[in-house]
Amino acid sequence: MQLLLEQLTNGLTIGSFYALVAMGYSMVYGVMKLINFAHGDFFTLGSYLGYTILVIGSGWVTRTFGLWGGIALAILGAMLGLALGGLLVERVAYRPVYKAGRLPLVVSALGASIFISNGIMAVWGPRFQAYPQTGIPSGTLRLFGEIYIPDIKLVTLLVSLTLMAVIYFIVEKTLFGAAVRATALDRETATLMGINFRSIILFVFSVGPALGALAGVFAGLNYSRIIFNMGWGYGLKAFTATIIGGIGNIPGAMVGGLLLGLLESLFEGFVSGAWKNVFVFLILIVILIVRPTGLIGEKVAEKV
Amino acid sequence: MLGANGAGKTTLLKVISGLVPIKSGVVRLMGQDLSKYLPHQLAALGMAHIPEGRRVFATLTVEENLNLGTWGVRHKLSERQIRETKEWIFTLFPILRERRKQLAGTLSGGEQQMLAIGRGLISKPKILLLDEPSLGLAPILVQEIFRVIRQIHEEEKVSILLVEQNARKALSIANYGYILETGKIAIQGTAAELRENEHVKAAYLGGTRLRNR
Repeated sequence: MQLLLEQLTNGLTIGSFYALVAMGYSMVYGVMKLINFAHGDFFTLGSYLGYTILVIGSGWVTRTFGLWGGIALAILGAMLGLALGGLLVERVAYRPVYKAGRLPLVVSALGASIFISNGIMAVWGPRFQAYPQTGIPSGTLRLFGEIYIPDIKLVTLLVSLTLMAVIYFIVEKTLFGAAVRATALDRETATLMGINFRSIILFVFSVGPALGALAGVFAGLNYSRIIFNMGWGYGLKAFTATIIGGIGNIPGAMVGGLLLGLLESLFEGFVSGAWKNVFVFLILIVILIVRPTGLIGEKVAEKV
Repeated sequence: MLGANGAGKTTLLKVISGLVPIKSGVVRLMGQDLSKYLPHQLAALGMAHIPEGRRVFATLTVEENLNLGTWGVRHKLSERQIRETKEWIFTLFPILRERRKQLAGTLSGGEQQMLAIGRGLISKPKILLLDEPSLGLAPILVQEIFRVIRQIHEEEKVSILLVEQNARKALSIANYGYILETGKIAIQGTAAELRENEHVKAAYLGGTRLRNR
């Protein structure tokens, strides 16, 4: 029972990272039909920015603003930095090759990915870095007498799920969200409605990376150790989550991410830790064979 | 505007609304050179383009589709104006009110055409570009759509540039017509003149024998 509950919270935590990163993949894919390979590296870069904010001046931020104040600043700083970083990458790596078609765009995305992860290695070094213990809350919450949940996990879940709910609301319930979805469906007709494609691009390339950065900071706070190439693994898992939910579908990415995290943790806890990645990618293969449009795929077929 | 397949009718509409870049010449709307504007800014100038094949946003609801029609003019029209226009569209096409919560992709072809027209009208355009509204619709629906097109023109004083394959129907409601042949205007005149033109009769109205049937 205890193991089950622990693995469920672990699964939800890591699932929320996958979900946040997956939302970024899905947003960009929806609007540009581009699998943004650099997205996993946005996650890493966000994690390193949060790390830097927490270690600068040997914990000055934490000393000045308190434990939670420091964490809030690390998160906000990383998200803001990556919102700008995402726009910069779009400007430098993608916009010049839009007209060249999809393949050059994919190659450019791979290039951007390699550039960012190597840039991180050049700046912060090739070895593991650790989030400072003084910047991470060590308290735990005791539930039902025998279950201990670290405070940081609760905060991770609370903040991630709240932010997902906000994004869900914006995308599914507002007119702006309808404009984003319309652009994803049919860019030309969206233009006829007066929707500026550029402003939709700005939205997906700032919000997507910022969500990835949030996940990156939380990953650092939960697991402490970060490394320059960790975005690859997280990115691949998050991409799997995107496929599970149905690519281009933002609620699908949330559901896919949380589901994948849960399945992975339960498998790790009850079957085998060593085989968990095999299991995860087996899910991907099965979904691709059985339901390539994802669990929450296209709701209706388009009539012509 | 009439013309055979490939005559350039749809291309001309896309040039007017900025989707296809202009090679030579000028497009003016009420004296303004449109090349100064980006395509998404034209809705605010009073242009609505209802594209060929309806192009409704299939996974959005009917209501979301209609609301998106106001996107380009959302800073120009008040909430109340938009609400009133929407009411008017619902009186033109009562079925849209019934189906407002439904996904647009679940509508029939005729209903999708009504939605596409409503989505164009909700921005209160001064000029409406209408591309083949009768395409693929049952005759009774074609009748209905053409009645509404006429009504929009007469009641709301919207100028309409209608592209049609159904020449007979189009000339029955139009004031003025152009015949486009391989990218050039071959014949133009009032609808009555075109109906009597021998070339138009032979090539577009199915010849005299058919006409007398």
